[in-house]
Amino acid sequence: MDHLDQLESQSVYILREAFNRIERLAMLWSLGKDSNVMVWLARKAFFGRVPFPVMHIDTGKKFPAMYAFRERYAKAWDLNLIVEDCPGVEAVDPTLPTNARSAARKTLGLRDAIAKHKFTGIIAGIRRDEESVRAKERVFSPRGDTGQWDFRDQPPEFWDHFNSDLPAGTHLRVHPLLHWTELDIWRYVRREGIPVVDLYFAKNGMRYRSLGDQDITFPVPSQAATLDEVITELEGTRTPERAGRAMDRETEDAFERLRAAGYM
Amino acid sequence: MEAGLDVPGGNRLREALRLVIVGHVDHGKSTLVGRLFHDTGSLPDGKLEAIRAMCERRGMPFEWAFLMDAFQAERDQGITIDTAQIWFRTPKREYVVIDAPGHREFVKNMITGAASAEAALVMIDAGQGVQQQSRLHGFLLNLLGIRQIAVVVNKMDMVDYSADRFENIRATYAAFLAGIGVAGEQYIPVSARDGDNIVHRSRAMNWYRGPTIVEALDGFRPAPRPTELPLRFPVQDVYKFDNRRILAGRIETGRIGVGDRLLFSPSNKTAIVATIETWNRPGPMVEANAGQSIGITLDHQLFIERGEVASREDHAPIESNVFRGRLFWLGHTPLTAGSQYQLKIGTRETPVTVQQVERVFDPDDLSARLGDAVPRHGVADVILRTMALLAVDEARFLPRTGRFVLTDGHNIVAGGLVSMEGYPDQRDLITKRSSNLHSVEHRVSAVARAVRNGHGGGVLWFTGLSGAGKSTLAMAVEQELFRRGYHVYVLDGDNVRQGLNANLGFSPDDRAENIRRVGQVAALFAQAGLIAITAFISPYRADRQRAREAARELFHEVYVEADLMTCEERDPKGLYKKARSGEIADFTGVSAPYEAPDSPELTVDTQRQAVDDCVGEIVAYVERHFAAGKGKDIQKP
Repeated sequence: MDHLDQLESQSVYILREAFNRIERLAMLWSLGKDSNVMVWLARKAFFGRVPFPVMHIDTGKKFPAMYAFRERYAKAWDLNLIVEDCPGVEAVDPTLPTNARSAARKTLGLRDAIAKHKFTGIIAGIRRDEESVRAKERVFSPRGDTGQWDFRDQPPEFWDHFNSDLPAGTHLRVHPLLHWTELDIWRYVRREGIPVVDLYFAKNGMRYRSLGDQDITFPVPSQAATLDEVITELEGTRTPERAGRAMDRETEDAFERLRAAGYM
Repeated sequence: MEAGLDVPGGNRLREALRLVIVGHVDHGKSTLVGRLFHDTGSLPDGKLEAIRAMCERRGMPFEWAFLMDAFQAERDQGITIDTAQIWFRTPKREYVVIDAPGHREFVKNMITGAASAEAALVMIDAGQGVQQQSRLHGFLLNLLGIRQIAVVVNKMDMVDYSADRFENIRATYAAFLAGIGVAGEQYIPVSARDGDNIVHRSRAMNWYRGPTIVEALDGFRPAPRPTELPLRFPVQDVYKFDNRRILAGRIETGRIGVGDRLLFSPSNKTAIVATIETWNRPGPMVEANAGQSIGITLDHQLFIERGEVASREDHAPIESNVFRGRLFWLGHTPLTAGSQYQLKIGTRETPVTVQQVERVFDPDDLSARLGDAVPRHGVADVILRTMALLAVDEARFLPRTGRFVLTDGHNIVAGGLVSMEGYPDQRDLITKRSSNLHSVEHRVSAVARAVRNGHGGGVLWFTGLSGAGKSTLAMAVEQELFRRGYHVYVLDGDNVRQGLNANLGFSPDDRAENIRRVGQVAALFAQAGLIAITAFISPYRADRQRAREAARELFHEVYVEADLMTCEERDPKGLYKKARSGEIADFTGVSAPYEAPDSPELTVDTQRQAVDDCVGEIVAYVERHFAAGKGKDIQKP
């Protein structure tokens, strides 16, 4: 088993635990590289099918290429796709910085979708290496009745015994990619031949390294126009992945506040 | 700017060694991490400046610990609340660092972080020396199975780089570790703040000849993959998405190949691996190894659920409903005898009772003493008892399947290791003859019995759906054979359950045991020279196979055939009606499978034939095979 095999095996184990232990389960699909890998891993875990709904929380502000991607692969992969809209920015905590407020719409959209579909488990494709607040996450992470995360008192989690038993009214976030890095994702995309949107590849010296809403995501300078070039670029970089995500760095704790409130 | 670390995700090339850093609060764990990153050139661009700016904003001196302590709450209180993971590399390899909190309240997080590590650094403050948490963390590392340990005596600059002070701490801690069975650890004097003996050798401590931290780290070995250990494959789930019935799970130890015979515990069923199922993989898979999450299909259908453990027949797990566990307790109220929890071991989950608290380890010096209550964050030896039989392993031989957690309500409250010392393997009691019994040769031969009786002994094993006519036929055949001079007796389900099997219910395990006993008794009757007729649904091939093995060549399988619709129309006992309404669970044909025989010795079709015709067929079969001198079971003298 090589490194990618081990990562894959652990993710498959986590997805199977979630499917077995959680009654009403859905997977978030943001259309980015990580969640594409996640859908792919679910197909691995369940021998070609995804046995739960795949949900896109749509801010309405994604890139057109991402919507086209969604329509194409929801069909090709035979996904049970749910698309849910987000409330307007006026519904968001006004004390958050501007870009974070925009991102926080997704938190509310997710909260509403969970209530509407009565989901008790949400699979999300976050990784520890993306951002230091996410580094503290559990694989099975309990959320309060409004989706909030109490990072001060997280339950113990070890030996792959995940907490799946929850009080009524709360839900679990399941993080099958927590132990992957950005480079692992790209190497796995290459090995498995997983499709991703073209925005990740350089045009005119710029490419997107991380994809969010159009208005708060910015391309970074890059010459990497192919998968191999992206991997080579990442092997040498010391620039953080979310450098193009404006909401993360407006204030020291902006991202932490977003996550504590239920952001993915 | 934000605090904490955006890991330079781009530079992980190989598998990283998982390293945990533990120790008493304030002994310098996070500072060491910051320094390691800086001195190995692993810091992302701009991070040093960001930390500097944050410290200035707070009006405090430069603090390396801010690298790890990403949360606002931690930055303000100056302690690590939870575990965090970040990556760095030396010229030799890469590392994932798990920073584990040292504050007493946060033991659960320390365990969460340390449980997955392959090696550990224990931080001890040179000025304060060995503290309670230093000992507890050392003890827990040992319990968690982490054998590669380096002890870092930090803040040597505060004790004037004293070799005596270092030696004093080394001797104290080494004696403690030796007392709990840990040996072979290294000791390294450092000043994390100044970078002495981290990457660069300290000029102030030229009396020290041992490795720097990075040299010690590079000397650690990745955990070997346990492929060579006995097979353990805990069943995680059973998928029936299409016509395949796939047992999904992860191989914890050993390997599985197509064609291997597997033993499932605790149900004690065996089957052969037909396929290893895959998706998006070139070519079929014929073998899988420890660490892989796989799916397999079997050569015949078994009633297997999540929680069963597959192994080889010759290196099976221990079966027991009582065992000793050395555990660490994370519950808010003390653990006491008589308490009930949920036990999770592998993928098995079952209620468990704490039968006895044997020993409690003193939180200060971790010496063992008698006690009956285990306080929060305490360590103890307890006896645990379950209702159901479990498949377990000794943790010292197979740690992955020899460890368990206890949950209470919604949370994990304990983790522990299984020790079977003093407890028998109950599989032997149930399925095998005790090894100090020897079979005694009878002086009356089967032939002699057959000659006296006028016929050979044997088992007519009737199998078929409920309502197929097994009991009706059995009683009619018994009557007719008796009339013809045969010594014959019917073992019927309802009758046997009133006596021999009165202690059995209708769970899958009890049903299997019911059939096992009937098989054994029928074999004894046959050996005594009688014809035993059994009338049990006996839906599983494996169970009938076991009965066949008990009576060997005296066994004759009779398939009493009628389809489900016919049986349901007959419904002589009204059972189908109850099963359909959900009043009876796991009813064969309705909510549980019936595995028809592959090649029965005789098939009678009660759907198309009258009862008398069927009886005639069976009696004719008996006349052909059992009459003295003719049967396959009669050996010529």
